[in-house]
Amino acid sequence: MTDNINDSDRAPKAQRGQVIDKPDGVDAIGAQITITIDDNEIKVPMGTTILEAAKTAGIHIPTLCHHEDLCVAGVCRVCVVEVEGQRALQASCAYPITSPLNIKTHTPQVRRARRHVIDLLLSKHYGECYACFRNNNCELQSLAKEYGVDFFRFGHPEKPMFEKDHSSYSVVRDMNKCVLCRRCVRTCIDLQEVGVLEAANRSNETTIETFQDRPLGDVVCINCGQCINRCPTGALTANDPTDEVWAAIDDPKKHVTLQTAPSPRAGIGECFGLEPGTPMTFEMNTAVRQCGFDKVFDTNFTADLTIIEEGTELLLRLYKALVEKDETVALPQFTSCSPGWVKFIEHFYPEMLPNMSSAKSPQQMFGALIKTFYAEHHGIDPADIVSVALMPCSAKKFECNRPEMTDSGYKDVDYGLTTRELAKMISEAGIHLPDMPKGDFDAPFGEATGSGVIFGATGGVMEAALRTVIELVCGVKVEDLFEHANILPIRGFEGARMVELPIENVGPVPAVLQSLVPSWDWLKGATLKVGVCHGTANAKKVLDDIKAGGAFSECHFIEFMACPGGCLGGGGQPIPTTPEIRQARAKAIYAEDEAYGIRKSHENPVVWELYEKFLTDGPCGHISHKLLHTTYTARGKYL
Amino acid sequence: MLVTNRNILDQELQVLIDKCGSDRTALMPALQAVQRKYGFVTDFAMQKIADVLGIHPVEVHGVVSFYSFLSEKPLGRFVIRLCQTISCDMAGKDRIASQLENELGIKFGETTTDKTFTLEWANCIGLCDQGPALLVNDILWTKVTPQRVLEIIEECRARLSPHAIQGQEEHLV
Repeated sequence: MTDNINDSDRAPKAQRGQVIDKPDGVDAIGAQITITIDDNEIKVPMGTTILEAAKTAGIHIPTLCHHEDLCVAGVCRVCVVEVEGQRALQASCAYPITSPLNIKTHTPQVRRARRHVIDLLLSKHYGECYACFRNNNCELQSLAKEYGVDFFRFGHPEKPMFEKDHSSYSVVRDMNKCVLCRRCVRTCIDLQEVGVLEAANRSNETTIETFQDRPLGDVVCINCGQCINRCPTGALTANDPTDEVWAAIDDPKKHVTLQTAPSPRAGIGECFGLEPGTPMTFEMNTAVRQCGFDKVFDTNFTADLTIIEEGTELLLRLYKALVEKDETVALPQFTSCSPGWVKFIEHFYPEMLPNMSSAKSPQQMFGALIKTFYAEHHGIDPADIVSVALMPCSAKKFECNRPEMTDSGYKDVDYGLTTRELAKMISEAGIHLPDMPKGDFDAPFGEATGSGVIFGATGGVMEAALRTVIELVCGVKVEDLFEHANILPIRGFEGARMVELPIENVGPVPAVLQSLVPSWDWLKGATLKVGVCHGTANAKKVLDDIKAGGAFSECHFIEFMACPGGCLGGGGQPIPTTPEIRQARAKAIYAEDEAYGIRKSHENPVVWELYEKFLTDGPCGHISHKLLHTTYTARGKYL
Repeated sequence: MLVTNRNILDQELQVLIDKCGSDRTALMPALQAVQRKYGFVTDFAMQKIADVLGIHPVEVHGVVSFYSFLSEKPLGRFVIRLCQTISCDMAGKDRIASQLENELGIKFGETTTDKTFTLEWANCIGLCDQGPALLVNDILWTKVTPQRVLEIIEECRARLSPHAIQGQEEHLV
């Protein structure tokens, strides 16, 4: 150690700034260091944690508070290891390697310490495992099994100590099962930057609390459910409506419809022991029919409808701004498909609500159509229809309970189910999903395109919109510009990205839009700039950039998704979630897109049939404004 | 123009931020200043501080609930904190505690109905050689006897009487 900083400073020596000598034999950060783990010699870059090093050496170290998506916490102490020369055991997830070490991962001392840590965690965990939705999928349970816990050394709570918080439509909090790993805190504050949960109080009174311990339904929670996906126990769960759905199915008078979003199909296999990224679309159709649902529809159909509505809205805004020189038009336009994102902007950036597209999310468009168009054409009383939506999302449960989502005269969508809940219903009905024969979607909303499918991945809405805009405005085939109509520049998992698309030539205006725009000539030579971002932390960056007049303020259209990875990483998807799992699900979604015969929203014949028969005054017309568009509430962040 | 307490707090915080900076390192000075002036940190103050420092209100709540000398609930005009650690305990803190409880008619952790006194336990305040020790707001009292408890309380009451020489009005900054 050398102490040369601020020698004149009067602070005691121990408190002055210090410079640490470089470790021996290391020339630069990133240099390779040879370490020994359990007698295996491996080379790792400087700064690697012991946990990561052990993983590369194929050595298993148990973890609980560690999560790949989150920053290091080092609070649970389950991952302790023995480092030669260190007096105490070290938490391997929080120990960066800076010098050659000799590490032992399962000495008697380590095993005893881990067992004690687990016993201590269990002494505060109200483990009612049979009645817990994480039974068999609980990290604390598997740790207890791994370390052979056979009795509660430090006791075990016999009675619940806290009341369950049922105030939110989406997320249920049960602090009796919390082990204070702070994964939810890091998810909420670092990953999503929403800031609802934080550790409060001190010492043995520490709990995870909302602001002033208010009910979750009253605080600025956006219901994204990312905390549910990362909770190691059952302390955070989604609000489960399966009992109500079963009751509706069992009622012979009720006509129960299910609409299924694209992401659950790519994820539900994981609940049945399949590899992540195994698409189960058509097996699921048969399974839900066997469960007793009367009709199975494809939400992708309204995803196509969303593209038409939202795209028309964008063209109208551009027309007003560029041709009519209307200064009040809010650009860039933001997508409104993700209910978590909608609540995020309502809370944190209410002044930017004019930029939101007024189009509803595909789930709510479908709900409004089922209880109007479908009910009319099939002679069913809309009061008898129970419309259920299978979504990868916990925020959709909140969305279908919004007071403005009643445009059909009834509650448009009665229940939102998550992927996990449908998997539970399917197994409850005695069905093993992978063994099911394939089945198709029901008419009239069974026809969908590849563009609807990719709504599930980040960048998907934008890719679908671009496919349509290129063909309708430029009058050229997407295949001529991009191979197989795959707009690759917009894909990927980068947090926030931008794509520019020069419009060189324009084609004729399609018949349905002729009443709105006379010609495309004003777009000739313009460059369409679009942005994509996923995760609300990235959304915050983009919005701040727009406010500061940065690169994103020049965009015309920006896709926002509340969850990292888009819907496929949603809060209703199977647990666990990691970057690899999300990538596998994205692969499944893009593969399904390629397999479709029709891949562009505006080529979906049923969409145009709907405009002919029902939404007779065209996209963004009066009827579609009544049924398919909505308004937002400026909520603000002060409680 | 109507100036509300919230406007005043806004301005006071603005002055404080100009002095301490507007990042999260200014959190403790801001909270201590609010606590000093108002006797507790209101929910609005927590949200306002979070807003101006660019952090989340729940993080401020986490900090306020962590520290004993920051409070989210209104406390009495005089907060009496009696040390409960081992030296003071052996020097007879229990007798002092019951004398305080009897005199004020409240238990520890409570506030009198006239919002004058609050009783709280404190952990070691570093006066182990002079126990039992207690704090009245930020004034230290050492070698307290049951008789002196009466004197301490009387002195506090005297400071509230109409004849007392009023101290200067406290300002946040």
